[in-house]
Amino acid sequence: MKRSALPGFAIAIAVLIAGLLLAFTVGRYPVSLGDLFNVLLAKISGHRADVSPAVESVILQVRGPRVLAAALVGAALAVAGTAFQGLFRNPLVSPDILGASSGAALGAVIGIYFSLGVFAIQGFAFIGGLFAVAAVYVIGSAVRARDPILVLVLTGVVVGALLGAGVGLVKYLADPYNQLPAMTFWLLGSLSAANISDLLPLFGPVALGTAILIALRWRMNVMSLPEEEARALGVATGPLRVAIVAAATLTTSASVATAGIIGWVGLVVPHLSRSLVGPDFARLLPTAAILGGGYLLLIDTLARTMAQVEIPLGILTAAVGTPFFIWLLASMQRNWS
Amino acid sequence: MIIEGRELTIGYPDHTVGSGLNVALATGEVLALLGPNGGGKTTLLKTLLGLLKPKAGEVQLGGKPLSAYSIRERARVIAYVPQVHIGTFAFTVETVVLMGRTAHGGLFSRPSAHDREIAYAVLERFGIAALAARPYTMISGGERQLVLLARALAQEPQFIVLDEPTASLDFGNQGKVMNEIRALAKSGHGVLFTTHDPNHALRAADRAYLLREGTRIADGPVATVLNREQLEALYHASVDRLTDRESGAVAFLPG
Repeated sequence: MKRSALPGFAIAIAVLIAGLLLAFTVGRYPVSLGDLFNVLLAKISGHRADVSPAVESVILQVRGPRVLAAALVGAALAVAGTAFQGLFRNPLVSPDILGASSGAALGAVIGIYFSLGVFAIQGFAFIGGLFAVAAVYVIGSAVRARDPILVLVLTGVVVGALLGAGVGLVKYLADPYNQLPAMTFWLLGSLSAANISDLLPLFGPVALGTAILIALRWRMNVMSLPEEEARALGVATGPLRVAIVAAATLTTSASVATAGIIGWVGLVVPHLSRSLVGPDFARLLPTAAILGGGYLLLIDTLARTMAQVEIPLGILTAAVGTPFFIWLLASMQRNWS
Repeated sequence: MIIEGRELTIGYPDHTVGSGLNVALATGEVLALLGPNGGGKTTLLKTLLGLLKPKAGEVQLGGKPLSAYSIRERARVIAYVPQVHIGTFAFTVETVVLMGRTAHGGLFSRPSAHDREIAYAVLERFGIAALAARPYTMISGGERQLVLLARALAQEPQFIVLDEPTASLDFGNQGKVMNEIRALAKSGHGVLFTTHDPNHALRAADRAYLLREGTRIADGPVATVLNREQLEALYHASVDRLTDRESGAVAFLPG
């Protein structure tokens, strides 16, 4: 009776596998698939691999952390975007709608301005993202209005603009030779600095946020109905909205803290996932996580390889995302009210 | 079981819509709420559903204040059928009906096999089981109204509250929905619906409640309340009363 989600899910997994293989093998130092499997098998079984140390180091030390970080960041942004699109009942919404990215950006540029270490900058970004969303939520809830969702979105826009002004001010004050390039690089998004020590602070929040959202998958279906309908169906929309926003903000802030600001992933991937497996969050969330990981791996591989210098991720995702958004807008008439 | 609003003052934080309202609905009967736009029909309906707090007075459900019920407990007793909307996401008809089971499951649980059985039983009841796998966004307005009715029934409630269930339907589907409303009362549900058409109230309701500018104009059995004088007073418009010579059925025409 029910349309099977299996083919769609299989496509998402295929994209992830393709993304993983390409990210490991393609680059300035090409690695053959055979060497890749050799090294990975050896790593798992604990034996020594039968390849040159240089190849082993490229796979395990250079590309390994970056590959895992790309997959996690892509998954995190896609899951958060899926959650926000459902919560705000709008397929054009992205994870930074409530100011997570602009808050993280301000935190990071302040960290760079005071010449703090990498970890401190990431910590500032993470806290900045959480604070921004908390502020948006508190202000939005304080405004007593009939449409709490709309108020929340508008508050997000306003607070985001203020934070953007803050970022502009810090950039204006920054040392143009040392700090400004670092800030610009960070604001455009990149995984080139990702290393082993980044993985745990990234994995923890992403796994926690995703687990919470997957646990709430059925309630999230109901939450995507108009507010009063959801309540009449027995869902306490207020507390649940806090839980969903908190979980999605956790994954967004962790990924922004690691990779800087990478737009569009959280908008494009949930939509592609929905066309693969339908809108039921039970299937949609895992599919979006897997597809998001694969998508960002492909983008990051492109960023590393398509030119002499690395291209910032945010620029590539925007180049893909903008035409997609326009297409989405044009086809809205057909699929949504 | 009875749901009852006592001396209700209804409205929103910034303005009051109506006051001094007393409404009661028992299981097994149908109550129609009539009145001009902006007269407070929807506000009263939302107050009785517990979606809006009364500004004064109290809503009682089964002898207990409605505010003493949790959102989940309430959803197991009262179901709400909103005006037909298209929806943002293309959930299947089956999923939409299963959403009616939400209040019977836990915070993290998905619908069980038992929930599915109930969903299919109500889909069968409304003759729309064949639509189960279709996206809710791709079916007709009349079908959507039936799906929302099925979802409400899947809640296994005592009361069903419908907001203008016939508003966006064609002539044939209006009749179908009114028949379903009668059938719901027969199966022991208390039904409250708002409508713009007094003929629908005559057809489907036992009692009518006439509301204008937040004030009760009249309420009682449809046969006594729905007459030319009351309707003219309600809508501030002239009304003709037609009687079918053979069946004796009555209908009203505006103008």
